[in-house]
Amino acid sequence: MKKILIVALALVLALAIFAGCQKETETTVSDATEAPADNTETASDATEAPEAPMSLSGEVTVSGSTSVEKIGIALGDEFMAMYPDVKYTYQGIGSSAGVKNANEGVTMLGTASRNIKDSEKEWGMTEEVLAYDGIAVVVNPANTAVSNLTMEEIQKIYLGEITNWSQVGGEDTAIVVVSREDGSGTRGAFEELVEFEDSLTADALISEGNGGVHATVAENESAIGYISFTYIDSAVKTVTVEGVEPTVENVLATTYPISRPFMIVYHEANLSDAAKAFLEFTKTDLAKEIIEEKGGIAID
Amino acid sequence: MLAYFCNFKDLNMRKTKKYEPLVELIFRISSVMTIVAVGFIVLFIISKGVQPFLSSNKEGTYSFVKFISGLEWRPNDDINKAQYGILYMIVGSLFATGGAIILGVPISIFAAGYLSELANEKVKKIAKAGIMLLAGIPSVIYGVFGLGFIVPKIKEISPMPQGQSLLAVIIVLTMMILPTMIVIAENAIASVPSAYRNASYALGASKVYTTIHVIIPAARRGILVGVILGVGRAIGEAMAVVLIAGNVSGGIPTSLFEPIRPLTANVVLEMSYATGLHSEMLFATGSILMLFIIGINLVLSRIIKRMGKY
Repeated sequence: MKKILIVALALVLALAIFAGCQKETETTVSDATEAPADNTETASDATEAPEAPMSLSGEVTVSGSTSVEKIGIALGDEFMAMYPDVKYTYQGIGSSAGVKNANEGVTMLGTASRNIKDSEKEWGMTEEVLAYDGIAVVVNPANTAVSNLTMEEIQKIYLGEITNWSQVGGEDTAIVVVSREDGSGTRGAFEELVEFEDSLTADALISEGNGGVHATVAENESAIGYISFTYIDSAVKTVTVEGVEPTVENVLATTYPISRPFMIVYHEANLSDAAKAFLEFTKTDLAKEIIEEKGGIAID
Repeated sequence: MLAYFCNFKDLNMRKTKKYEPLVELIFRISSVMTIVAVGFIVLFIISKGVQPFLSSNKEGTYSFVKFISGLEWRPNDDINKAQYGILYMIVGSLFATGGAIILGVPISIFAAGYLSELANEKVKKIAKAGIMLLAGIPSVIYGVFGLGFIVPKIKEISPMPQGQSLLAVIIVLTMMILPTMIVIAENAIASVPSAYRNASYALGASKVYTTIHVIIPAARRGILVGVILGVGRAIGEAMAVVLIAGNVSGGIPTSLFEPIRPLTANVVLEMSYATGLHSEMLFATGSILMLFIIGINLVLSRIIKRMGKY
C-alpha cells in the first residue's frame, strides 16, 4: 500500500511540475499581449509622479546586453525599493537577443550595448539612450613597455598583421590576441569602432564574456584584450588609445575613440505601468548616480 | 505492508489482480517516458539542424559540404560573407577525446586493478572516497582549475605564447572521465569469479601477474563499458573546455600546444547571441556532435557484444 501511495504521489508531483510550466508560459504571453489594453488610464499619473511610492505594482521585465546587466540590476533594485509591489527582472542574454525579446514581447524592455542595427530598426521600436560606455583596451600588468596604442595599431593587431609586441614598442614576444564570442555586443561594438569587422585573425583566442577576457589577459603576459570600463581593475592594465586615457570624462568629451551607447528599446504597447514608470525613473538624478556608480557614463 | 510485494506467501490473489496491472502501467510509463524524451531531443535537434541545408529555408541556404569540410567559423548576418566550417572543430573534438581516452584508459585500468585486487582495505576506502569526490565536482570547477593552474603551467613549456591548447583540454578531460571509468572497471574486475584467481594462484602466479594477465583481460567487457561512458562525457563536455580550449575561429590543430575549438564550445559560446541562420548552424553543430556520440556508442557496443561475460 505504502509503495503504491509513494508512486502515486510521485506521479502527481511530476504532473504538477508539467502543469506549472504550462501555466507560467500562459501568463507571460497573456501579460505581454493584454498589457496595452488596460494601462492607458493609469499611465499618466505614473509619469507625473514617479517619486511617489504609492499604488504602483506589476512587473517590469528586461533582457539584453550583459554589459548593461550591472547597471540594469542596480537600477531595478533601487526601483523595487521605491515601489515594493513591483517585480523587476533583468536577464543578461546578449544585445541581439534582448532587442529580439523586446520586439517579440517576451520582455517589455530590451537593452543593447551597441547602436541598433538597420535590420532591427525595421521593427519600429522606440529607442532611448540609457548611458554611454567605453571599451578599454587592456594588456597584462607585466607588459610595462606598452602603454599607448593607436587605433591603427589596435586594428592591425586584431587583423593579425601585427603579431609581435616589438612592432608596437614592446618586448620581443608574440602577441596573444583575445576576443569575445561571435554575437557579443562588446565584440560587435569593438569591431565596428576599430574597423576590422568580420576579419578578426583566426589565431585569436575567444573568451566568454567580459569576465572571460579579463581572466585570460590577467593570466597571460603577452595577451591583449578589450573589456567594458566596468570590468577594469588592477589585475589588468589599460592602455591609452591615441594618447587618450580610457576615462568617463574622455568618453563624454568624445575624445576617447572606443566608446558606445547603452540603448533601451521597446514597443510602447508592450509596456506595463510599472515599466513606463521605470523608464521615467532612469532619467532621474538618482538613476544617473547609480549608472555612474556602476561604471557607466550617464547622459545629461 | 511493505512485505506485500516481497513476500509471495502472503499474496492474496484477489489483491494481486487488482494492483498488478496498475503497477505494471506505472513501470511502463516510466520507461516509455525515457524513450520518448530521447526521441524528442534527437528529433528536435536534427530537424532544426538540417534546416540551413534545405533550399526552402527562409533564413538562407548553406552548402552541407562547405559546412562539414570548412576550416573557418565566421558567422555573419550577410550569408555571402559568412563561413560556417566545422571540420576543424570535429578534428579538435576527436583529438581531445582520443587523447583523454589514451591517457585515461591505462590509468583507470591500473587504478581499478590495484583498488580491487591489491590494495588493503584502508587504502581502498580512502581512494574510493577520493574518486567519488572527483566524480562529484561540477565541470565548471574543472574548467576554472584548468584556466588557473594547468593553462599557465602549459604556457611555461609551450612554444606558443599561450597555454590554452589541445593539451590543456586533454589533461582536464582525462581528470574528468577517470572517476567513471575507474568505478565501472573496478566493478567489472570485482565481478570476475574467484575461480579465475584461484586457478591462477594454483599455477603459481603472483597476485600482480594474476591481476594483469587473468583478471583484467577477463573483465574487459566491463572496462569497455566504462570507456564508452568516458568517451561520451569527454566529447560532450562543454563548460570546462570552453575556458581552456582557446576557441579559435579556424585552423586544424597540428600540435598539442595549439588552441582548438571543440564542437561543444562552439554551441555554448554563441547560442545565447545567435539569431537566424547563425542559430540554425549551431543546431547543425549540435546534430553533428550527437551523430558522433550515437555512432561511437553503436560501434563500441557492437564490440562489447562480442566480448566475454564480465
